[in-house]
Amino acid sequence: MGKWIERQRNIIDFTLSSLLRKKGKNISLLCVYTLVVLMLASVMFFVHSIKKEASMILKDAPEMVVQRMIAGRHELIPLAYMDKIKNIRGVQSVNKRLWGYYYDPVVGANYTLMVPDHSDVPAGNIMIGRGISRVRLAFPGDTLEFRSHDGKIITLEVKKTLSPESELVSSDLVLISEDDFNRLFGRNRDSVTDLTLHVKNPRELSTIALKISEILPDTRIILRDEILRTYDAVFNWRGGMMIVILLGALLAFIIFACDKASGLSQEERKEIGILKAIGWETSDVILMKFWEGMIVSLSSFLLGILLAYAHVFFTSSMLFEPVLKGWAVLYPQFKVVPFVDASQVVSLFFLTVVPYTVATIIPSWRAATVDPDSVMR
Amino acid sequence: MRKSNFFLIGLAICTILLLLMFVHAFFKREAEAKFIQERSEMVRMLGLTDLCLFTEASYTRHLSQADLHTPFQDSPMSFEHFPSGSIAAPPPSLRKINGKMD
Repeated sequence: MGKWIERQRNIIDFTLSSLLRKKGKNISLLCVYTLVVLMLASVMFFVHSIKKEASMILKDAPEMVVQRMIAGRHELIPLAYMDKIKNIRGVQSVNKRLWGYYYDPVVGANYTLMVPDHSDVPAGNIMIGRGISRVRLAFPGDTLEFRSHDGKIITLEVKKTLSPESELVSSDLVLISEDDFNRLFGRNRDSVTDLTLHVKNPRELSTIALKISEILPDTRIILRDEILRTYDAVFNWRGGMMIVILLGALLAFIIFACDKASGLSQEERKEIGILKAIGWETSDVILMKFWEGMIVSLSSFLLGILLAYAHVFFTSSMLFEPVLKGWAVLYPQFKVVPFVDASQVVSLFFLTVVPYTVATIIPSWRAATVDPDSVMR
Repeated sequence: MRKSNFFLIGLAICTILLLLMFVHAFFKREAEAKFIQERSEMVRMLGLTDLCLFTEASYTRHLSQADLHTPFQDSPMSFEHFPSGSIAAPPPSLRKINGKMD
């Protein structure tokens, strides 16, 4: 065993010396390789963590949302629909939801206004998310002005700012009383934004959904499962930016692999010839090339993974921020919870280290099996 | 010192850091569990349906509530112009509704 380890160390010594002879080329290769792994691992960590957290947070989302559609667009739903739905067997409760969007011309941001079911927001007051507090510099006791549907200015006092820990769901949220919501949007009191349902037996959800669509054909039903699936597919690999990043990484790997697999340079062939002439076996040459591939790819892989972890979980995905922000003025500041597991690291290892190492060995094996005399000439 | 020693020490340090990464992730998850619970509670209390990831357009703010028209709200021929629309995939429920038309 000791002899075997010593042999490996000797070959690593030789390989490192050989790599250091072409310092510039190999250091730049290491940097580019690390960057590719960094991008791939960052996407993988970020997407997996967001998906996992979404599934945990949204497990308590409404079991079923019923919305009215007119000409393919979401419209307010009449309160009379509530009674029709309540009469369906298996429906435990039906709740109304009042919510909408408000564009704030002062900062150019969109807010989500919502009337909480439990009346803990008195008229004339609002509770705001941290994102709004940040862009409007509004804190408890301050007032915010809203322009109503008829052009009047409504002044509301900030009663409370929602906790920073809830920013992932509440950054742009304004909790408002029903009276103020009506004044702001001039809502017809006979209708609400949409309805949410609770059913006695979750296994009956699809049956109840079918019954609703039969009784109220102008509605659409969104099940909790569909909400969860939305976030499971949110950063789908077919999404625009995702495919750009993945294709970029894939192309970089193809270039690396092609460079290696297309054959060795004259200098490298000569080196192999000399090694064979001084007594190296073919297996020794292949072992040296194996270590060459491993030194470059394993170092890049480990550095890339560690940098990706720091990037996503310590800097809040700083490099992705411009893309994620888009044109949004109000951007939630949240740190992704690290849902990282060994399977992600292993799959990344097989995606990056193995192909490169194989691509390094194959041409060397071909060169090493040729007569040293002809290789050196 | 031999060159292989430098490499092997570097490899060992990186491997230890990799293991520490998992340890950090574990403790961070434990520490964040109560905040995840808080967010989940807010979702239940207010009947929320979506995460606040993108606020620039209504159909990316409430991804699960989007309808077929929302990305083309300016005109039926208008292309997607919000950056977040090119990152987020459309909700699967839309594809279900549109299944027969595709």
